[in-house]
Amino acid sequence: MARIDLEHIRHAYGAKPKSENDYALKEVHHEWNDGGAYALLGPSGCGKTTLLNIISGLINPSEGRILFDGKDVTHLSTQDRNIAQVFQFPVIYDTMTVYDNLAFPLRNRHVPETEVDRRVKEIIEMTGLGGWAGKKAQGLTADQKQKISLGRGLVRSDVSAILFDEPLTVIDPEMKWVLRSQIKRLHKQFGFTMVYVTHDQTEALTFADKVVVMYDGQIVQIGTPAELFERPRHTFVGYFIGSPGMNVLPAKIDGSTATVGGESIALNFRPEIKSGAKTELGIRPEFVAIGREGMPVTITKVEDIGRHKIVRARFADQPISIILDEDGEIPAEPRIAFDQKAINIYADSWRVGGEA
Amino acid sequence: MEKTWNNKAWFMVLPVLVLVAFSAVIPLMTVVNYSVQDTFGNNEFFWAGTDWYVDVLTSDRFWDALTRNLVFSAIILAIEIPLGIIIALNMPKKGLGVPVCLVLMALPLLIPWNVVGTIWQVFGRVDIGLLGHTLEAIGINYNYVQNPIDAWVTLIVMDVWHWTSLVVLLCYAGLVSIPDAYYQAAKIDGASRWSVFRYIQLPKMKRVLLIAFLLRFMDSFMIYTEPFVVTGGGPGNSTTFLSIDLVKMAIGQFDLGPAAALSIIYFLIILLLSWIFYTVMTTSDAQS
Ligand SMILES: Nc1ncnc2c1ncn2[C@@H]1O[C@H](COP(=O)(O)OP(=O)(O)O)[C@@H](O)[C@H]1O
Ligand SMILES: [Mg+2]
Repeated sequence: MARIDLEHIRHAYGAKPKSENDYALKEVHHEWNDGGAYALLGPSGCGKTTLLNIISGLINPSEGRILFDGKDVTHLSTQDRNIAQVFQFPVIYDTMTVYDNLAFPLRNRHVPETEVDRRVKEIIEMTGLGGWAGKKAQGLTADQKQKISLGRGLVRSDVSAILFDEPLTVIDPEMKWVLRSQIKRLHKQFGFTMVYVTHDQTEALTFADKVVVMYDGQIVQIGTPAELFERPRHTFVGYFIGSPGMNVLPAKIDGSTATVGGESIALNFRPEIKSGAKTELGIRPEFVAIGREGMPVTITKVEDIGRHKIVRARFADQPISIILDEDGEIPAEPRIAFDQKAINIYADSWRVGGEA
Repeated sequence: MEKTWNNKAWFMVLPVLVLVAFSAVIPLMTVVNYSVQDTFGNNEFFWAGTDWYVDVLTSDRFWDALTRNLVFSAIILAIEIPLGIIIALNMPKKGLGVPVCLVLMALPLLIPWNVVGTIWQVFGRVDIGLLGHTLEAIGINYNYVQNPIDAWVTLIVMDVWHWTSLVVLLCYAGLVSIPDAYYQAAKIDGASRWSVFRYIQLPKMKRVLLIAFLLRFMDSFMIYTEPFVVTGGGPGNSTTFLSIDLVKMAIGQFDLGPAAALSIIYFLIILLLSWIFYTVMTTSDAQS
């Protein structure tokens, strides 16, 4: 259990990175608190696995330092960092039994056999591999194999941190839920620092107290699920979190007024914008009200998804999504209004604050 | 899954059956035919029954040659398999080194048997050969023409030089098929170098090793060209393997009956041993 500091980490896979685009990780400067449960969320290819591998020491970063509890471990080997990591695709030792697979990380560290037995039995119980303990791992199904992989990550009780790299991708939804709550329970019980990589936002939001959103080799926002929802720091976070994602409309900003198409929208603050920046207005579909008042829109499609309806429309020549209650009505000549408190303004994709 | 049976499918394999019949079964049957008959020339044959087989199986000459074959195969397998694995483990996995190593490894395999024999025959000669001469110069008494041990060493070194590459290439193919994630997981799990070999690399190489083992066994058991070129079966009979003996019998002495019987016995031994090895190795695989 440790606090992990990443200091100005950059990583390029190629030998001589020339431009910023050669870096798989652009710059990550961030600390993971001791005992925190973090979800690392981002589209595939954004550098999540690279970041995990740098923490566990499987990759040496091109630049920057890693500290565990203040101690520099940048040049320590994976073994010496004492980290557990679960990979996206199952890795099992074919010739060993399920039991021996799970005992492997402990035996390699010369844990006494009675302790090994206790831990392994606990993990077997937890992952529901009960009937399989004595079987060779070779003939198992993909999700059983992944449970073994997961089990090997969880079996050690003395690790600095446990890193999960999309561990439940191959597991069926119901079991996914069970395993995820087991992992959370272990987190509560032992207080491991956990980093859980996923590209599934529901998984991220339910697992973690802090969600770290990555995009294009950078961390774009770290926050609680509520913060990510209400105040996305980057338009990408707006798109990525929420379903459907935030509406981002090109807007001209003048004082505390935003102009989208021909429509002026009053803001409750005065954004500070550098001249020449590309400015946009972000509003979540949940905060767009449809009715007889406001700005005109053309409805293109209404999707009824049970608890509410998603209205697809065009506003000022831009597509816009609106969430409407199940029993909400769409008038003949529909108009929309934005909830002023929920409007975010972006300059060059980054959120700008301002005076009220 | 339900299998569909269609007897017409047999016609599809017919061409292969015909080919095999002409290339293998018919010649084999001719040999079987010779092995049960005797002749005094003039193309007149008499039924000899199992006489030739009894003759062969009761002769010291046969058992001595068979022992030599078994010892030779055992020695070269004991050297080439571990050596091949060690070399394969140390080959580069990426970069410019890969094609260079692969070409170097493939070179000995491209040289025909008799050329290999001739190369070593000359190489090892005390009067003009680089190896023989050098050994002589540094005071090692080496002469494969007179000393049986030297003759054996020469044949073994030659075979190792010629064929270890085959084992290396097969093992290497097995090794590069292991995804990186396995090595990463092993690091996370704190596995030692030996554990990585024992639990990751060896299981992945198992299948190719079985093939390498069988190929090298069958091939070394049938060794002919190299001893024929280098030692001619001598000194004395010390390198007279079954194949050499067979040729002496059939072509040297023109004893077609016993030679045919020996051929059949030889063939059955190879078949039997290969089958035993294969079964032992694959069932131990299935149990695990
Ligand atoms: N071994 C590698 N060699 C070269 N490039 C790599 C390697 N692994 C990943 N990359 C590149 O680095 C970027 C980040 O990859 P990765 O960390 O695997 O993303 P994620 O896990 O978020 O899907 C991608 O553009 C990918 O192509
Ligand atoms: Mg990944």
